[in-house]
Amino acid sequence: MSEHKDLKSVNEKMRSLMARTTHGRDDFEDLVIVPLFAVVVALVFGALIMLATAVDIPTIGRSFVALAVGSVGSLSAWSETLTAAVPLVLAGLGLGLGFRAGLFNIGAEGQLLMGGLAAVIAGFSLDFLPMVIHLPLTLLIGAAVGAGYAAIAGILKATTGAHEVISTIMLNLISFELLNWLLRQPWIQREGRSDPISKSVPDSARLPQLLDWISPNFRLHAGVFVMLLAVAFIWWLLFRSKVGFAFRTSGENPSAANYAGMKASLVIVLAMATAGALAGLAGAAQITGVLGRASPGFSAGIGFDAIAVALLGRSHPVGILFAGILFGGLEAGGRQMQVDAGVSIDLIGIIQALIIVFIAAPLLVRAIFPWGFRRSSKKEDAA
Amino acid sequence: MDVELRGITKRFGSVVANDNVNLTIRAGEVLGLLGENGAGKSTMMNMLSGLYSPDEGQILVDGKPVEFDGPGDGIEAGIGMVHQHFMLVPVFTVAENVVLGVEPTGKMGYLDMKRARRQVEEINEKYGLHVPPDELIEELSVGIQQRVEILKVLFRSADVLILDEPTAVLTPQEVHEFFGIVNTLKEAGKAIVFITHKLHEILEISDRVSVLRQGRITGEGYPKDLTEADLAEMMVGRPVSFTTAKNTATPGRTMLELEGVSMLDETDDRVLDNVSITVRSGEVVGVAGVQGNGQTELVEAITGLERIASGKITFDGENISHASVRERHKMGMAHIPEDRHKSGMVDSFTIAENMVLNNYYAPEYSKGWAIDWQKVAETAARYCVDFDVRTPSVFLPGGSLSGGNQQKMVVARELERETKLVVASQPTRGVDVGSIEYIHERLIGSRDEGDGVLIVSSELDEVLGLSDRIYVMYDGRIVAEFDNTDGKADRNTVGLAMAGSFGEDAA
Repeated sequence: MSEHKDLKSVNEKMRSLMARTTHGRDDFEDLVIVPLFAVVVALVFGALIMLATAVDIPTIGRSFVALAVGSVGSLSAWSETLTAAVPLVLAGLGLGLGFRAGLFNIGAEGQLLMGGLAAVIAGFSLDFLPMVIHLPLTLLIGAAVGAGYAAIAGILKATTGAHEVISTIMLNLISFELLNWLLRQPWIQREGRSDPISKSVPDSARLPQLLDWISPNFRLHAGVFVMLLAVAFIWWLLFRSKVGFAFRTSGENPSAANYAGMKASLVIVLAMATAGALAGLAGAAQITGVLGRASPGFSAGIGFDAIAVALLGRSHPVGILFAGILFGGLEAGGRQMQVDAGVSIDLIGIIQALIIVFIAAPLLVRAIFPWGFRRSSKKEDAA
Repeated sequence: MDVELRGITKRFGSVVANDNVNLTIRAGEVLGLLGENGAGKSTMMNMLSGLYSPDEGQILVDGKPVEFDGPGDGIEAGIGMVHQHFMLVPVFTVAENVVLGVEPTGKMGYLDMKRARRQVEEINEKYGLHVPPDELIEELSVGIQQRVEILKVLFRSADVLILDEPTAVLTPQEVHEFFGIVNTLKEAGKAIVFITHKLHEILEISDRVSVLRQGRITGEGYPKDLTEADLAEMMVGRPVSFTTAKNTATPGRTMLELEGVSMLDETDDRVLDNVSITVRSGEVVGVAGVQGNGQTELVEAITGLERIASGKITFDGENISHASVRERHKMGMAHIPEDRHKSGMVDSFTIAENMVLNNYYAPEYSKGWAIDWQKVAETAARYCVDFDVRTPSVFLPGGSLSGGNQQKMVVARELERETKLVVASQPTRGVDVGSIEYIHERLIGSRDEGDGVLIVSSELDEVLGLSDRIYVMYDGRIVAEFDNTDGKADRNTVGLAMAGSFGEDAA
């Protein structure tokens, strides 16, 4: 160690250390190329399945055209795609954040239901408020109730070690039945109805339609801005904030987090609550933007699809945004497919599932498309 | 069987891992292969076992050139490798593990375990391995498990045994027994390659030494002509000092005091038993002891990772018996953890992120609720320069660094901060000679700046070389205390106390 380090050379060395290096290629492969190929392979397999079920080739061609047209082929298609993407992305963000913190939260569906239900109640019972207060408050209450519901699983894990996979699945079941029961209570149930359906949310708590001046069929609502804000916020939270650093450390190496003085129980409860808030917000956005009222099972499996979205998006907020839009597009296009080509929308479910299979098996994708990747992606051991 | 590497070159992209290497391995001889982490030892041995094939040069077995195409080819040719990390099935017996993959079978593929057992017994007998063939692997100590690995390659009739850092996982007693086995194998005519970066072991066990640096053979010779200093210089490329230069300590106020501290484990066993120690500012206090005698728990008690059952811990005059990890950290306690991979760093995080792992919340890195990553990167770059952490960028994952550089990263993070007390647990484990020297200098530097330094190490030489005062731990208790001002503690006496004989003798 030299005593008189030349200040200039030290500065130069520091500057070069600060220069970013190009190790991004691997990230790029993982984040973009693998998912891209996975989608292509899944579509090809989808076609093969249609062939196997005796669908003729022209129909298969027609159905893929319908899928493309119905998802991105027109303004109305884009409106449907984005409308479907909003709750998927919101709930997916929460799940992705949980994954980053090492929590496998299966409970987005229940948190979404509870958040949506809370939004309905806040919607019809606070109808004396002006819209500028009523709408944000409704969304906020939805998020808060979702957070609280998820926090139950977090607290159970932090205090007793109960595994979040089990407890969130059970909390899902509780939420389904709780919803059914509540929808029959006179203070929630719509007047004059015997089936379980809630009162409607008044306009002052509805997310404004964005494209209804073109056609009343365009369902796209202001929730899309909420979604974009949430993406930006979660990105900041994960990669810029102190709390996010603790989340990520706990997820990557719990014993390092312990060493660094991060409180494991606090991280668990906070991460669960944040995830629940996003799922609750997804429910509230779906209620105030699309549905306007609650009915049994109004979540329609969004909370489960969001798990796939979070995985496809590699738990990265931007990845989740694109994954959510893709899944939204598949849903919108799938409906078109059913109409135009008579192919069942269940096929879309199969394609979505196949995408996840291929994402979960990146080596398989690499094996199918060897030319898409740098040859020696195997870790080079120069030791 | 003799093996010769002739002009072997192996490249990975632009990195030359082996550069025109010549090496001869002879039957009935132990060849010591020495080199820092990343010098190219593993690459070379992986070519011998068939995992890689060389870009240039030849491998000759008994004078005849051979070509290895796959991982199985090495053992086929009689070259067996015992890896540092064991590859055993914990719930299988010794015999089952040994025959795994080459099971002796009877008619219709019937698994002939009787024959397998007998063959294992024969090898056991022949080389004096003393491995119980019917025990489950998970029931055996690390030292015995290692012998099972040796049994495995012998069972596959290997004549050349490559032992990759075999002593890293062994206690001093086990090392002694292990050397006995190596000698038996040698006498039976086996050729042995002994890879390590512990110099005294090379001198003790090998018949011939080759030193590798940056992919090249930089030195060869016979142990009788060489000293540790010679070897270290060949390895690092410059003279290395083993004794850290330091002045006599000038201890000041009491920085850390433990009074009758006890700790229980999950089964209510006493893992710390009435431990009382003091560390004053400006002195290095060493804790010696064979691993597993409560040192880990002692560090956990001091740093707040585990709660204590009774007793009192005082840090710079304040009672911290029940303070949290972070509170102690904020008060100026630095902690170099014993296992950097387990808790000291996050492999996938960048070097910059790792540099603030436990300090990310500090005001100087804060912008409100956010972390000022620009500031963090600047600090990390400065730490890298100051502590000679060799990396092209602070934005690379910490896991991409070599072991020595990872440890320097952890040490830099802990020592660059304003501290009053440094708790260093196994500060140089798995670190190459050059980095060890550097880390030792820095620890003494902290002492000279007025910190109290507590060093816990299972390397007795490390404790003796650095400490001004030494405690010896045995079975969760402090059994002896030695004054080591100017290195006056006697190595043998300390060693005896480590073995637990001190307490009885004194009584």
